[in-house]
Amino acid sequence: MSSNAITIPGIRVEGKPWLETLHEWVTTVDHKRLGILYIIYGLGFLVVGGVEALIIRIQLMHSHSDFVSPQVFNRMFTMHGTTMIFFMVMPVLFGFANYLVPLMIGARDMAFPRLNAFSFWLSAFGGVLLYFSFLGGSGLYGAGNAPDVGWWAYAPLGARAFSPGHSTDYWTLSLLVSGFGSIGTAINIIATVLCMRSPGMKLGRMPLLVWLYLVMGGMVLIAITPLSAAQIMLLIDRYLGGHFFDTQAGGSAVLWMHFFWIFGHPEVYVLVIPAFGFLSEIIPVFSRKPIFGYPVMVAASVAIGFVSLSVWAHHMFTVGMNSYANSFFAITTMAVGIPTGIKIFNWIGTMWGGRIHFKVPMLFCTGFLFQFLIAGLTGIIQASVPVDWQLSLSYFVVAHFHYVIVGGILFATFGAFYYWYPKMTGRMLSERLGKWHFWLFLIGFHMTFDVMHIPGLLGMPRRIYTYEPGRGWDTLNLIVSIGAFIQAIAILVFVWNLIVSYFKGAKAGNDPWDAWTLEWSTSSPPPAYNFATVPVVASRRPLWDLKHPEDPDSRYE
Amino acid sequence: MFALSCLLLPPQALAEPSTSIFAPESTPAKSIVNLSVFVLIITGIIFAVVCTLLVYSISKFRAKSVNADREPAQVYGSNQIEMAWTIIPVLIVVVLFLATARVIHAVQDAPMPGTAVQVDVIGHQFWWEYRYPRLGIVTANELHIPVSDATHPTPTFLHLLSADTDHSFWIPQLAGKTDLVPNHPNSMWMDPQRTGVFLGQCAQYCGTQHAKMLLRVSVDSPEDFAEWVREQRRPAVTDERVAAGKQVFEHTACINCHAIAGTPGNGRFGPDLTHLMSRATIAAGAAENTKDNLRLWIQDPEAIKRGSLMPAMQLSKSDLDALVDYLETLR
Repeated sequence: MSSNAITIPGIRVEGKPWLETLHEWVTTVDHKRLGILYIIYGLGFLVVGGVEALIIRIQLMHSHSDFVSPQVFNRMFTMHGTTMIFFMVMPVLFGFANYLVPLMIGARDMAFPRLNAFSFWLSAFGGVLLYFSFLGGSGLYGAGNAPDVGWWAYAPLGARAFSPGHSTDYWTLSLLVSGFGSIGTAINIIATVLCMRSPGMKLGRMPLLVWLYLVMGGMVLIAITPLSAAQIMLLIDRYLGGHFFDTQAGGSAVLWMHFFWIFGHPEVYVLVIPAFGFLSEIIPVFSRKPIFGYPVMVAASVAIGFVSLSVWAHHMFTVGMNSYANSFFAITTMAVGIPTGIKIFNWIGTMWGGRIHFKVPMLFCTGFLFQFLIAGLTGIIQASVPVDWQLSLSYFVVAHFHYVIVGGILFATFGAFYYWYPKMTGRMLSERLGKWHFWLFLIGFHMTFDVMHIPGLLGMPRRIYTYEPGRGWDTLNLIVSIGAFIQAIAILVFVWNLIVSYFKGAKAGNDPWDAWTLEWSTSSPPPAYNFATVPVVASRRPLWDLKHPEDPDSRYE
Repeated sequence: MFALSCLLLPPQALAEPSTSIFAPESTPAKSIVNLSVFVLIITGIIFAVVCTLLVYSISKFRAKSVNADREPAQVYGSNQIEMAWTIIPVLIVVVLFLATARVIHAVQDAPMPGTAVQVDVIGHQFWWEYRYPRLGIVTANELHIPVSDATHPTPTFLHLLSADTDHSFWIPQLAGKTDLVPNHPNSMWMDPQRTGVFLGQCAQYCGTQHAKMLLRVSVDSPEDFAEWVREQRRPAVTDERVAAGKQVFEHTACINCHAIAGTPGNGRFGPDLTHLMSRATIAAGAAENTKDNLRLWIQDPEAIKRGSLMPAMQLSKSDLDALVDYLETLR
């Protein structure tokens, strides 16, 4: 291993004292190390949030179960949701952004390396604060020991009257702190993309992943700010006698819902847009063709970014908005489906006529295409407001958004892990373990989330710690729970693969996938300065041009 | 998924109590099912088309050992194709939106006829209070409404309020759900077309016992409904044989939260008990309304509904017996 190798914290390299290694990692401002820190941090919370999900599923295996108390169950689904959104998916996606964006645009680091480190540590402490609530949440009141208000914390449940103790405060503060971290990272991504591109890397030649992270950065700026504002207002309510959301004193519960969802819906796209980016890099390479309709893909991504800012109240169709507001949010929500559909067609267009190599990254991306198609269509079903009056707040919705986040985002992210792990570590992940991971996870996923739609149609609301027998929900919930355990086994295989391949994986070389973007032109793992000479780019696929001087892309663009 | 759900659902559509959204018994629920079927067909067609394209490209363009080394033709895109798969989805969205807007208007903006029964529904942690302002009735957890005849429609309009946190009123067979939000009164309506008991439960997470905030709607024939109204409007039964139990009620903390017409008890935090025995369940459907359950509920509510706001009353055995005997007379 060369002296500039990227190492996992705590692992000793070549006689360096472990304390020095640790110190290097804690004080690092290198975008690659921070990226890896983000990813490891997110993976840790994947396991924690997964255990919480398993507790939920054990409890719901059969009716009138008393595996956990209602109080514990309510804490579990609150922590599961908050953890997975804010401390698992977001950090992992920020990690890939940190690692890949500078490499893909031929830069030597992010625009603001110190801000980058600051943002990571803010996010990290946010997660610690949230979990400290298990110890410190009781506070002086002796009530509760972790937030149990649901990840939306709808007013007035978050008010002092209904949430005594400090658990809700830890929830509020952790989202506030990690929110500032996210805003810092978003500013950094935008500045890096706009200002740090290598010569010749025009906006129209950037890899789609970079474009999508640019859109994501803009959306984080717009989406996280109202959430932070609402959290500050909630703190004022709880400690300074404010009445923004205090309904007992004339405050507005609906105001909180608007604040939360004007964050909450763009947030879904903040998470899914990088996943689109992963697909847009992986599918072309494994189909051996350039992305179909690059300009249209860019336009569709930006369009999704804008339209998704005007759909938030589709989470509130049952709240009692008037029929005009309901109609407005129905059409905007359905309209988001158009650019999203265009993206799916373009990915199929990329595969069409190609030579598709079904390596593990491509398997996960293919899974994404099927699952995201279904997730999008169940989304359209719920955009039809009257249908949503039945489906909203039911297990149908829970199945729908897990289809988006697990079936879509997580599958794409697994694809990204298998695709870029060789670049990050210099070693390939095992294909054999990867296939086990893929097929086990696919089977578990479909057992859980296909079946989960049905109890929703049969009238099962979400967030109930137990349910009545005789409503036809028992068997379905049992199947759902078994699927969850199969997914957990698949995750263990994945983690095992990450660890074993780090030590014993085949050497990757610079460019194991015969790919076309700049990160594959440097060594694996890249040196601290990324590129010995700053690359000059003449087309969207600089490495294709190098490998095929007789037929370069630059001739056509 | 859709095929599977279609297979599973029709058996539910029988006349027994069901919570399936595909067994509608009231106009709003029926128009939702019609719209659902329309939307399902359109999305089903989209699914079939895109899925076919995907499966075709996966199987047809898989790299084979003979050609794996050569790069395929490098195609960068096609404006005609992009136009096609932009315009067709736009048209589909327009159609879906028009169908949706029509049903939104028909359900949400329906005028209230003069014959309608009006009920104020007030959500509490974790039970339902019903008030019939025109009939002078106050009751809890089990809603009685008249069946609505197509020739003489008597729909029920619910005015939805909350005393504490957000709740949501959801009887899948009768209508979609609508939230009960504090400081934000809502309304919904239903016109059930057959008599019987319809089940549902609170759909918006409202606190610890959200799960056992069950709903039970009894749709009565016009005669039964009139009889029920007559019964409910009578003052509470007074029976000298249970005077001791009445005294326990009046002299303990019961009256802080519960009301019984004709006694000093006029608390409003808990359900009105004036006609307690006319209800089939207690604790918002968490237990059947039997003598044993009543005793257990008063003595140890945690055993029935952990985290409910009913305190354990810690009565002596004789007081408890007397109180339960008294409550049993409240028909």
